[in-house]
Amino acid sequence: MANVLAVLEQRDGSVRRVSHEALTAGRALADALGGELHAVLVGPSGISADGLGAWGADKVFVAAGDTVAQYQPAPYAAAAVARAQAGDYAAVLLGATALGKDLGPRIAARLAAPILSDVTAIAHDGGIVVHRPVYAGKAIQQLKVTGKTCVITIRPNNFTPAENAHAGAVETVPVPDEAPRARTVAVKESDGAALDVAEAPIVISGGRGLKEPEHFKLIEDLAAAFGNAAVGASRAVVDAGWRPHAEQVGQTGKTVSPNLYFAIGISGAIQHLAGMRTAKVIVAINKDKDAPIFKVADYGIVGDLFEVMPPLIDAVKNARGN
Amino acid sequence: MKIAVCVKRVPDTETRVKIAADGKSIDEGGVKFVLNTYDEFAVEEALKLKEQAGSGEVAVFALGGDAAQETIRTALAMGADRGVLLKVDAPPADPFVAAQALAAELKDGGFDLILCGKLAIDDYAHAVGTMIGELLGIASASAVSKLTIADGKGTAEREVEGGMEVIEFSLPAVVTAEKGLNEPRYPALKGIMMAKKKPLEVKPITLGAGGIELVALTLPPERQEGRILGEGPDAVPALIEALRTEAKVL
Repeated sequence: MANVLAVLEQRDGSVRRVSHEALTAGRALADALGGELHAVLVGPSGISADGLGAWGADKVFVAAGDTVAQYQPAPYAAAAVARAQAGDYAAVLLGATALGKDLGPRIAARLAAPILSDVTAIAHDGGIVVHRPVYAGKAIQQLKVTGKTCVITIRPNNFTPAENAHAGAVETVPVPDEAPRARTVAVKESDGAALDVAEAPIVISGGRGLKEPEHFKLIEDLAAAFGNAAVGASRAVVDAGWRPHAEQVGQTGKTVSPNLYFAIGISGAIQHLAGMRTAKVIVAINKDKDAPIFKVADYGIVGDLFEVMPPLIDAVKNARGN
Repeated sequence: MKIAVCVKRVPDTETRVKIAADGKSIDEGGVKFVLNTYDEFAVEEALKLKEQAGSGEVAVFALGGDAAQETIRTALAMGADRGVLLKVDAPPADPFVAAQALAAELKDGGFDLILCGKLAIDDYAHAVGTMIGELLGIASASAVSKLTIADGKGTAEREVEGGMEVIEFSLPAVVTAEKGLNEPRYPALKGIMMAKKKPLEVKPITLGAGGIELVALTLPPERQEGRILGEGPDAVPALIEALRTEAKVL
């Protein structure tokens, strides 16, 4: 009987939403395997693992200490691997976040196991079968795990966290004292924009149609009107230096799956569509009625964005009370 | 400064993906293959660091079929000194298998730094570089958009949600490149001519078995074409109404 291990992610001592998603996905897989769901949580002294049973964890192993308050590759990997080797785990799950994309391969390499990255569906059919987008979402790969164990990183915003009460028994484990060859010495918070384009429930993206970098103010204003939206950008405007790469949506930027995506002044090049086609609702505003973006948009407005945006911003402000 | 760069041959970003008859791969007909976008940043960074150091070597490694020689030549045309192709029928589906093969080749190379792209724009694994670091037991930093190397130590910055992480590490190390690390140079005609004469070793290798099997490759479900709500600012109320009552996102 094989179990499942979820490696959780915290920031400032709070477990992040993507980890609730990992627990939810892990619970479903553990049930299919007839096993238990365990979790590893590494974080600052005094971090609480209470309440994680609500998301389906049978047991949570906590390694807490001030040396691991923020992500440190070596001890985080060592803590996860120590647990993974102490039990019979068919899979180790974590979120495909900046942390997960760095930590996941470390765990897999140390376990000599395959890694399945940025997974959007997990099933059990005589073995673990996953779906994952490749070519930036232009195709979907189905992979079957043939080895004894594997590491799976799940795409954020894809598995909806579901409460499913289990024991959530907490056990304290030591912080590994592996000598680090690399150390995180600082985390510089970016100014203002707290929401990351890959994680935000609403993304407002702008492209060449804005004509000048200053006109991105319209994009920022619409994002502010929603309140919980992040600003995104097309490759053209990032390459032109108007916007930072962190905001780029598309094949050489971020792949996003928000509840609502606005493409404003973006024609819809293949590489851009690849990055946002899994958004739940897509709105496009473009002056060219034949722009490819309208082929994937749920709702379109044909017109000059400089005329459409001001009344749209006002209407959203009213609707949201912002 | 002795630097290794791992590169991969991938379909260009403008590729319209069609599934091949085997149901497991893309139809390569009409597809243009290029040096992986993120690997270009890795090659450029290696060349810059060698130039700064004033001496050293940039060696390029690829895992793939014969056609990957062309990819290595692109890196040589940019200015790398030599290339090695670890020749297999096709790159493996399991990133650990790829990392094992590359790590075995790099192990005794005496490299101060191993640079890779943060991911390949075909399989999106985002894993091989970091795995090479773990297999070699050396430091690694992934998705790096700023890198400084001095006195046997490195400082890297990587984007995380809502900020930048600053990482310090000792050499030797693996660094995987994010877009924004630099502006890759275009190979000049002279570089392209010189690349033809640079050493490119082809080593047939046998890959490990790995722990995953590719079952199928399919196209994503088509999105239902939506509707145009109108033209210009007059369409705004219809949009607000649709977002509120149909899509229920407002």
